[in-house]
Amino acid sequence: MKNSRKRNRYKKQQYIPSKYILMGITFVCICTIFLSLVANISGGPLNSVAGYVFTPMQRGINSVGSWVTSKTNDLQTLRDVQKENKKLKKKVYSLRTQLNTIKLEKYELENYRKLLDLDAKYPAYDKIAASVVAKDSSNWFSTFTINRGSKDGIKKGMNVIADGGLVGIISDVGHNYSTVRTVINDLSNVSGMITNTYDNINVSGSIKDMDKNGVITFSELRDSDNKVKNGDSVVTSYVSDQYQQGILIGYIDKVEKDSNNLTKSGTITPAVDFEHIENVLVIKNLKQTGDVGNKDKTNNSTEQSK
Amino acid sequence: MRRKVTLFILISICFVLQTTIFKAIAFAGIAPNVLLVVVATFGFMRGKREGMFIGIFTGLLMDIFFGPYLGLNTLLYMYIGYINGLFKKYFYPDDINLPLLLTAGSDWLLNTTLYLLVFIGRRRFDYLYYLKTIIIPEMVYTTIVTIFIFFLLVKLNEWIEKEEKRRAKNIE
Repeated sequence: MKNSRKRNRYKKQQYIPSKYILMGITFVCICTIFLSLVANISGGPLNSVAGYVFTPMQRGINSVGSWVTSKTNDLQTLRDVQKENKKLKKKVYSLRTQLNTIKLEKYELENYRKLLDLDAKYPAYDKIAASVVAKDSSNWFSTFTINRGSKDGIKKGMNVIADGGLVGIISDVGHNYSTVRTVINDLSNVSGMITNTYDNINVSGSIKDMDKNGVITFSELRDSDNKVKNGDSVVTSYVSDQYQQGILIGYIDKVEKDSNNLTKSGTITPAVDFEHIENVLVIKNLKQTGDVGNKDKTNNSTEQSK
Repeated sequence: MRRKVTLFILISICFVLQTTIFKAIAFAGIAPNVLLVVVATFGFMRGKREGMFIGIFTGLLMDIFFGPYLGLNTLLYMYIGYINGLFKKYFYPDDINLPLLLTAGSDWLLNTTLYLLVFIGRRRFDYLYYLKTIIIPEMVYTTIVTIFIFFLLVKLNEWIEKEEKRRAKNIE
């Protein structure tokens, strides 16, 4: 009796022709794609379920893998490291002398700041360390997941740094993992600023330039006096609504005049080595947009605009 | 049930491997797409219906973790499974030529569609460049991987089918 009922149900399931399911899911997918384009939705509860199943496995396999590669690398690179060590020791001496002068200057600066009643310009960010557990399953988007999620206080929109440079931004959060969209991702856009001239530029990732020369592109530079040079450092701009101000993105690699003769564009060498990223820091401060004093007001206005 | 559990475990293992080990040993920054091989091969062996469902599951998994837009990979992988399922009548367990052709074709189709949907709208018109640096290398790697794992997948499928038959007999 039970079996026959089971079989009936099986038949019933088979009864919906595949093409209707195909059409139905196509429709659903197109809807979710548009929704994620417009409203930036994510998987919601699916994220947490998937995170529980896969993140621990990926973490385990990744740690085994990195252990093996580190062991093999140990043997290969011992000689190189010894050579480098000598070189670096020399560098340390020269840097130490530089550091002393900078310390003196900093002391002086603090004194001046006190005189002017200024707070420290860059507040110490609250950071949390995380390691990379998995990378994008396709070859198109430079995204990766890290082993920290909402249970560690990670939120969407937090900035991610490594080696003192900007890596990217948290684009999706699960309970125990989160996804990072890097600045070299083709879909990424960051408002940057050139530190020497305070010019604002638009930095965008590009697979093509990253593959060819290891650079990312920038555009919208207004520099009529030709002051911007190769090697100038680019940091995140104060006009950005997603990125904290003053995080190093990279160094100018090439500047070219656009065909409109008004703006310039070019390429930037990123400060982070994206090929060998293993550990990152997540800045737990979110960029405050809008006036804090009028928080209720801005909330209302955003609701209205939605 | 056994089939679903086995496939779930298989796809999970492939997903974990693809996002960790294969990325670490990627040659010239391009990793093979093992999940595509699983979707295409099972679609080819089992028909469009099962290929479709495996594609939906695999694509959803990718979308949850890495997808730029939720639903994009689900859509693409679903169609890949379905289209490969249309070739079921040409399936012979010993023949590897057609499956190789099918995975290569599927990989090209997948990446080209991805390019058309995500890249061309943002004025990245140089299709030949992307073809040369991403699409063809991935296609070649994926095809090579298929040579190694196609028979494993066929064996796995035969094992599941044998178990299903045995259980059906027991029930009768």
